[in-house]
Amino acid sequence: MWLPAYATRSERLGRLFVVLFAVAVLVFLIGPLFVVFPLSVSKDPFFTFPIKEYSWRWYADFFENTRWTKSLVNSLIAAVFSTALATLLGTLAALGISRPGFPWRKAVMALMISPMIMPVVIVAVGAYMFFGALGLTDTRTGLVLAHAGLAIPFVVVTVLSALSTYDANLTRAGASLGAGPVSVFFAVTLPLILPGIVSGALLAFAVSFDEVIVALFLTGADQRTLPVQMFSGIRDQINPTIMAAASLLTTVSIALFVLLSLIRRVRRA
Amino acid sequence: MNTISLERRRLGDEPPTRSAAEDMVVFERVQKTYDGRTLVVEDLNLAVRRGEFLTMLGPSGSGKTTTLMMLGGFEQPTSGRILLEGQAVERLPPERRDIGFVFQNYALFPHMTVRENVGFPLRYRGVKGAEAARRIEDALEMVQLGGLGERRPAQLSGGQQQRVALARAMVFNPKLILMDEPLGALDKQLREHMQIEIKQIQQRLGITMVYVTHDQSEALTMSDRIAVFHQGRIQQLSDPVTLYEQPENRFVAGFIGDNNTLACELAGTENGLVVVRMQDGTRLLTTGPAGSPGESMTVSLRPERLGLDTGSRQGAHNRITARVLDKTFLGDRVRLALEAFGDARLVASLPAAEGAAIVPGCTVAMACAAADCRTLTR
Repeated sequence: MWLPAYATRSERLGRLFVVLFAVAVLVFLIGPLFVVFPLSVSKDPFFTFPIKEYSWRWYADFFENTRWTKSLVNSLIAAVFSTALATLLGTLAALGISRPGFPWRKAVMALMISPMIMPVVIVAVGAYMFFGALGLTDTRTGLVLAHAGLAIPFVVVTVLSALSTYDANLTRAGASLGAGPVSVFFAVTLPLILPGIVSGALLAFAVSFDEVIVALFLTGADQRTLPVQMFSGIRDQINPTIMAAASLLTTVSIALFVLLSLIRRVRRA
Repeated sequence: MNTISLERRRLGDEPPTRSAAEDMVVFERVQKTYDGRTLVVEDLNLAVRRGEFLTMLGPSGSGKTTTLMMLGGFEQPTSGRILLEGQAVERLPPERRDIGFVFQNYALFPHMTVRENVGFPLRYRGVKGAEAARRIEDALEMVQLGGLGERRPAQLSGGQQQRVALARAMVFNPKLILMDEPLGALDKQLREHMQIEIKQIQQRLGITMVYVTHDQSEALTMSDRIAVFHQGRIQQLSDPVTLYEQPENRFVAGFIGDNNTLACELAGTENGLVVVRMQDGTRLLTTGPAGSPGESMTVSLRPERLGLDTGSRQGAHNRITARVLDKTFLGDRVRLALEAFGDARLVASLPAAEGAAIVPGCTVAMACAAADCRTLTR
């Protein structure tokens, strides 16, 4: 398979092993989806295989129950605002960092990326203590700020990668032709790095929409997001509606991912 | 002499006063360092005349591009002044200098059409509507790209992109146009074609151009004057013919064209000619600066100026007996590797017909005019 004709027997064996291993990894990663989605359309209130009868009742239950719909709305609000904030700040940060002569670039980058690497629970506890003192726990503002903090590194990384292929001479050309820095940014730089910014924004949205730990610490009953609602749902009573919610979350994530791939394809063309 | 020579400035003389109307750009004691230790540009003094095509020529790292970037406003001089039409511009941002810049990679805006690219500088100068459209068309016509206005840069060939960049840099009638190795990415044939075309446009419009290149033949073809840069200094500033015929120092002699550089010492002067003694004692009549007798110096001699001694040469000239080490056939010419003056090596380039009978190992009588032997003291 994809080997030259002169490959030896051991090379062929090795290649076969690599392919099998890769398939196994993919099955392991994607497998849960093949449990969650069928269960969400099973009529049976207990998690049993094989599925005897199919039904959308758990989806109906999801959209009729205000606890679920409210958490969905909460999630969307938190995701939209934290995405907007993270995209704005992350893009500005990336623009600054990419400038030649930016001081302590490595240190600043490390700090900027740290929310990506740090255990989320530590960020959550820190945010809980800090925001508590400021009266920001159990508020949407607090959640949006914390989620924006988690999402900024994703925007910084994607915008920096877009800027790495951006030719700094274009900025110089714009200036030499009479456009000031702000005009050059909007007329030249922004249109060319926009795909990177949109990719960053989609990732930021996904980060906030799927995030559960920080949300657990920072939200009260009124701001409870969908993942938090699922989490407490699992603790209280196992109910197939959770499977419907999980399927919805997964669908949103897949949609974001597809959008991201489309943008990257357009960018390359 | 319109330019400030480096020699004068080193001696601390005041620069000669010149009218602002004549000089488009003046660099005054400009220095540039990036790291605070090494000077990329050391004490640059240079005047660019209005309407001239001035080339800054030099190897990479010689300071020529840095000088161009300082003039364009993309780098700030560490010290010194840059005057544009008599006004100091070191603190003026590029967008307010009114200078057209053609970049090495063209730097066309990939998301805009050719017309939008060329119209870009007009947008920021309040030129709109029919007037803008007319000027864009004129500029595209000038570079022979009429009808390609709706294309994107990626749909154009390298030569066409180069023309768009030129049209965009000229459409707003800037005070001068700077070019940073603009032909480097083109193949040889197209490059030679564009050299002539750029030069013609420059002459037709009478626009001032400052051009950076490391290609000496490009510089000789296009320029009114050439400033040869090396190690952050201008080694020589002259018109192409003077630069070729009368290099002022060893670097210029070696960098512009092929040259034989031979060690010698000064013997004296005779009828306005400089007499030097080669290492084997042979006396050579030369021209150029002379130092004090006994001083060691260098003689430069172009390979094509060293011919077979036919005994019919006019004026003061030298006879050189040389042994042929090697002969290379180049089509229209042959190239001889010679040994003369003891064990000094030199190269001669002869028309192929003249060199046909010469074989390696034989001894040949060569001759060269005193005017073609240039003494170099530096």
